[in-house]
Amino acid sequence: MRGVSMVLSGLALAVTLTAGATEGMRWDKVPAKDHARTNPLAGNPKALEGGAAIYKDHCAQCHGADAMGDGKKKPALESAEIKNATDGDLEWFLRQGDLRGGMPSWSSLPQAQRWQVVAYLRSIQH
Amino acid sequence: MYLTLLSRVLRLSTFLPFLLVCTAPHFSQAQDKPYFVTYSQDLEEPGNLEIETKSAIGRPPGGNRYGALSTELEYGATAWWTTELYLDGQATARESTIPTGVRWENRFRVLMKEHIVNPVLYVEFENITGADKTMLEVVGHDGQADLAEDNADTRQEHKHEGELKLILSSNVRDWNFSENFIAEKNLGHEPWEFGYAVAASRPLGTTYRNCTFCAEKLTVGAEVYGGFGDTSNLSLHDTSHYIAPVVGWNLPGRSRLTFSPGFGLTRSSLNRVYRVGFAVEIPQFGRRRGDAR
Repeated sequence: MRGVSMVLSGLALAVTLTAGATEGMRWDKVPAKDHARTNPLAGNPKALEGGAAIYKDHCAQCHGADAMGDGKKKPALESAEIKNATDGDLEWFLRQGDLRGGMPSWSSLPQAQRWQVVAYLRSIQH
Repeated sequence: MYLTLLSRVLRLSTFLPFLLVCTAPHFSQAQDKPYFVTYSQDLEEPGNLEIETKSAIGRPPGGNRYGALSTELEYGATAWWTTELYLDGQATARESTIPTGVRWENRFRVLMKEHIVNPVLYVEFENITGADKTMLEVVGHDGQADLAEDNADTRQEHKHEGELKLILSSNVRDWNFSENFIAEKNLGHEPWEFGYAVAASRPLGTTYRNCTFCAEKLTVGAEVYGGFGDTSNLSLHDTSHYIAPVVGWNLPGRSRLTFSPGFGLTRSSLNRVYRVGFAVEIPQFGRRRGDAR
C-alpha cells in the first residue's frame, strides 16, 4: 500500500510540475543569438525537397497538407507571422516546440533537417 | 504449438519491414532513438499511436534458450505526456510459451522548454509473473539465474510492481545522450531495487533524402545498463551489467527496425542477449485534424 501511494505521489508531482510550466512561444522570446541566425540551406533545391517531405510526415497531420491549419488551435503556417520571422526564429521554435499548446519539440530532428523545414516554410509564403 | 507460434511472430517481425520497403507509398523519418532499455526525452507525437514489438533472445548457462516478446502500444496523449501499454510473453525451448503480464507506463516532460538536459518523469505499474524475460530494465540483483528457472515454477509468482524512472536526455549537435535512473518496488513488502541505463546515438546522415538504405535512414549508438542492488544490499555485488551497440533503420511507411546485440559484463549477466525491434506509427489515431493537444 505504501508503494502504491509513492507511485501516485510521483504521478501527482509530474502533473503539478507540468501544470506550472511556461506558456507558449513568441518571437520576442527568441534569444538574440538564435534570432540572428540564417539558414545555411537556403536556396538549395534538394534541401527544399527534403523539407517538403519532412513537413508531409510530421507537420501536415496538424497544420494540414495546405499548411492552412484548422482555424483553431493549429495555426496556418502560410501567414504574416511566419513571413516576418527570421530563419533563426523558426529554427528555434521548431527546436523548442510549444508543449503546452500541443506542438512537440523537434530537437530530436538533426539540425540540418530543421533547416530543411525552415526552407520549406519560406517557400510557401506568398 | 505455442513455441511455433512465437517463433513465427519473431520471424514475421523481421520479414515485415522488408515487405513494407517494397510496398509503402512514402518515406518517413521516425524520431525515436534505437534504444531497447534506455529512454530518451522523445515522446510520441500528440495523437499518434505507435505499435512496437521488442524481442530479447538469450540462453542462460544451465537453462534453455528463450525468446521474450514485448508488444507496446504507445500513444501521444499530449505534447508533454505519453502513455503506453505493454503486453509481454515468452517462449522457452523444452518448457512452454506463456504470457508474462502487462505494464502501463506514463512519461511526463517536466519542463516545457528545451534545455541542455531535459528531465522526463516515468511512472509505471506492472502486473507480471516471475517468468518475465523481456529485460526491459535490469534492476537490483537481476541475473542469469532468474532467467534459467523453469517456466512452470516462475509463472506461479505474481508480481505487482511500481517503477519510477528519472530520464535525463540531451540533444547536442545531432547526438543524443540519455541517462535513466530506475527505482522499482514490488508492492508486496519487497525492498526497493535500483538500476540505471545510459545511451548515446547519432544518425549517420543528417539531411533528409528520399532513400531506403542510406546513411540518412540509419542511426547508430550504444547503451549500457545494469542493476545497483536494493535497499537491503545497495552495492554492485552480484548485479548484472550489459553493454549493447544499437542500430536503427527508419523504413518507409512510418516504420522502424532496430537491432542490438548485448554483452554481459559481470558473472551474473547473460553472456549475450540479442534484441530485435519493429515499430509502426499510425498518425492521428482516433483524432480529427487539429485535435492534437
